[in-house]
Amino acid sequence: MEILSLLGSGMLVALQPLNLLLILIGVTVGLFIGAMPGLGSVNGVAILLPITFLVPPSGAIIFLAAIYYGAMYGGAISSITLGIPGASTAVATTFDGRPLARQGRASLALVTAALASFVGGTVANVIFTAFAPVLASVALSFGPPEIFALMLLAFATFVGLGGDDIPKTILSICLGLVLGAVGFDQISGAPRLVLFDITGFLQGIGFLVLAIGVYGIGEMLWTIEQSRDEAESTPPKMTARGMVADAAEATRRGWRGTAIGSCIGFFVGILPAAGATPASLMSYGVAKMMSRNPQDYGRGTPDGVAAPEAANNSASTGSMLPMLTLGIPGSPTTAILLGGMVIWGLTPGPRLFIEESEFVWGLIGSFYISNIAALIINLAFIPVFIWMLRMPFTILAPMIFVLSVAGGYAATRDMFDIWLILIFGIAAFVLRRLDYPLAPAVLAIVLGPIAEPTLRQSLLLSQGDPSIFFTRPVAGPITVIALILIFLPLVKLLQRGRKADKTT
Amino acid sequence: MRYAEIVTAGVLALFSIYLMVKSTELPIGFVSGRGPGGGLWPFWLSGVMLVCCGFIAFNWWRKTSPPSQSDEPFLDGYGWRMVGLVGGGLVVFVALIDVISMYGAIAVFLLYYLKFLGRHSWALSLGLAVSVPLLFFFFFEGAMQITMPSGMPFTDPIFDILYEIIY
Repeated sequence: MEILSLLGSGMLVALQPLNLLLILIGVTVGLFIGAMPGLGSVNGVAILLPITFLVPPSGAIIFLAAIYYGAMYGGAISSITLGIPGASTAVATTFDGRPLARQGRASLALVTAALASFVGGTVANVIFTAFAPVLASVALSFGPPEIFALMLLAFATFVGLGGDDIPKTILSICLGLVLGAVGFDQISGAPRLVLFDITGFLQGIGFLVLAIGVYGIGEMLWTIEQSRDEAESTPPKMTARGMVADAAEATRRGWRGTAIGSCIGFFVGILPAAGATPASLMSYGVAKMMSRNPQDYGRGTPDGVAAPEAANNSASTGSMLPMLTLGIPGSPTTAILLGGMVIWGLTPGPRLFIEESEFVWGLIGSFYISNIAALIINLAFIPVFIWMLRMPFTILAPMIFVLSVAGGYAATRDMFDIWLILIFGIAAFVLRRLDYPLAPAVLAIVLGPIAEPTLRQSLLLSQGDPSIFFTRPVAGPITVIALILIFLPLVKLLQRGRKADKTT
Repeated sequence: MRYAEIVTAGVLALFSIYLMVKSTELPIGFVSGRGPGGGLWPFWLSGVMLVCCGFIAFNWWRKTSPPSQSDEPFLDGYGWRMVGLVGGGLVVFVALIDVISMYGAIAVFLLYYLKFLGRHSWALSLGLAVSVPLLFFFFFEGAMQITMPSGMPFTDPIFDILYEIIY
């Protein structure tokens, strides 16, 4: 009961005219920054951090959290309309969002993404409000073996789901992980895998470089080659009645993915170093596994859009939890928010809830208000995003190319990376022609730098004994499930082979 | 397509071996007191890549993967021409960034693509080739405060005018 009254007063703080205005501006700015390939919530929050010194600390953090929310909604927009994930958290959204857009159903995909994001954010807010201190201690119990087991599970969902060519999927994951290891060894600091002794590789290969190369260049070349001068997508129709129908269809066909994404997203989001990317990927995998029609995934099913979108929004709220309760940021964006709070004279940690009660509950109240504002603003802008798809493909294609190059440079500020984007794009085109799945590589380059140090720390803890991943109470079951998922396709293959032998 | 499948698997196998060799520049085993060496992770992952290439080649030999069953060429005449015109255009676009600035290169690329590949009217092609780089300039340099490459010194007078507008 006390929580409800605190939340009520927090919402009143968030609804003060200045704070409400900041929420509306923040969500709108975040939506467009998130929709831009190359720019994500980190950029938005980092760039606008100095502006927040003009308003009181509670208004400032509310503004930044609103940008964070808006950007999470926005990431799906470029994934669906352009096929380029604006951020790593939106890679899984391309799997079904892009096919839906190609079928002329971009509006359904965008409405599904908006509604799923809203539900994911709201579920996370409720869990956050009710169980913040308890969950913080659960998150703290996750050590390196548990985080590595979780990463293993994220990769296993790709392999275990089958469908694609398994050796090509595993090769794609390993390639992404190796590319993620280029640069410096995180533990010893020694240069590592400086390919062909080109010094540009010393700074490593970023996720965006590979993602923009694969999706912005490679996928586009493939689409141009396949479409043979003809527009490859059905012009989407957009009416108010159509949007209501889409909302009804999104609810009917996307509730399962939304429910799965909302729950998985929050719990993965609260874990330090995990975050929204593995959360969205795992939710997609679990939604596909639990579906009655798993074959529809990847061909354009609303559940396939809803699961990762609900998850990444839920995880972004979840990642605020260790930041506020323990002072541990769960994602790069929350790390900047944490920095901001320290500058404003607030000390994140267990005492924050007691000493700065009005600030904390004002922020939590703003999560609810931001979520509603983001849903309304996102739905209002859907016709604008749809309008982009009506452009002739011979205009849209060069726009995507220049957006990829300019966005890529904006993110890394290095011409070497732009050349790498081009090389990855051409390589991706060749591999795409030969049915190599490339999304696993793009996600692996994000998760690799989390997985490797946790593996090495775990082995150091156990003096090189890998049984540490099986004997710990939390890591053990996760590792076993991951291994089952990895070997499931192999068992199925063997069974099929035996059946074929028997029939012959 | 069948030929391309095995050639690509071969190239990827060679790349995997290169990565394995390159990984050995750092220890690839367990270093007493310091844990796994820095080369362990990429070495074994590259090893798995090599094994996967073996499986891809095996599937090619058994003709079980779709590309290994296909008699179509990897790219036909149209495909090669498209890759040449669009891919070549992109290479020139990126090469021009250091010469005529990011915005100049965007303008040239858009004009090339819209007018010569898209066969749009001069009015539309020129309109977009001028307005899009300007919009990008005000967004990146003005709103986001991200400085893009400004090319060689001869572009300075144009940038001076534009910077005067935003500052």
